[in-house]
Amino acid sequence: MPDHSIALAHQFDDIEQQHESAALGMWIFLATEVMFFGGMFLGYAVYRGVYHAAYAQASRHLDVLLGGINTAVLLCSSLTMALAVHAAQLGGRRTVVLFLLATMLLGSVFLGIKGLEYYHKYEERLIPGSHFEFSGPNTNHAQIFFSFYFVMTGMHALHMIVGIGIMLVMIMLTWRGNFSAEYYFPIEMSGLYWHFVDIVWVFLFPLLYLVDRS
Amino acid sequence: MPEHIVEKKTYYAVFTGLILLLAATVALAYIHLGKLNIVAALTIAFIKATLIILYFMHVRYSSRLLWIFVGAGFFWLGILFALSFSDFFTRGWLPLPTGWE
Repeated sequence: MPDHSIALAHQFDDIEQQHESAALGMWIFLATEVMFFGGMFLGYAVYRGVYHAAYAQASRHLDVLLGGINTAVLLCSSLTMALAVHAAQLGGRRTVVLFLLATMLLGSVFLGIKGLEYYHKYEERLIPGSHFEFSGPNTNHAQIFFSFYFVMTGMHALHMIVGIGIMLVMIMLTWRGNFSAEYYFPIEMSGLYWHFVDIVWVFLFPLLYLVDRS
Repeated sequence: MPEHIVEKKTYYAVFTGLILLLAATVALAYIHLGKLNIVAALTIAFIKATLIILYFMHVRYSSRLLWIFVGAGFFWLGILFALSFSDFFTRGWLPLPTGWE
């Protein structure tokens, strides 16, 4: 475990300042991510306002059960991530690795279920393009809904894959003993990223799966 | 210790709340509320996001400076939505001037 002088980078006065700098930098990055996903949510919202009937019809083709299970899986992974950071703050090593592994595992389950859903959409010919088939009067407008569905969940899944990669690196660094109760910031910052990706899904789930179910 | 350590039971309580809110959002989607369905869904999503940001992301225990950084991201998102909606959803309000058809 590194001692104080190793944990504290020389450009900072003390470890508190170093910690706040890390958090501020991470939140600046997350602000750019908010804008990145925000643009897609905006496009989704504008077209939903214009083609509401087609959105309602198309949304009923999504699997609420699988989507709901995936939401629960992701919320569980956020809990294990929070517990990993908690363990890191207490200087644990084995517990941190175990909770990070659990987070990775839950993230992989999410991606597996997502892949299954994509496969169902492929079989139902609901992937936008020349093979798109949709019974109803609003075929083209439904195609817009599915374009948003695939782009938004696809970008979200890409973020999950990156997140799983980050967890892998954090597990290796933790195992090598790079962190201590005093210096665990990379694990906490990885947690911020993971929770952010969770928040994106918290909005995607009702907006895509639950447009007009009543 | 550079940071306030959140108790484990707080995390468990927040997680329980999130799962209950997930159940609520699914259940409410199947009750016909008309235009209020989307309002209810978004309200629950905002509550869930706020819980995650405040507790899982430790913002509640962070400095005022960090609050400003967090708020700035969402404030700019608000600008994006407010200005774009004020364009797209008011386009039908006035007839096109002659010569533009």
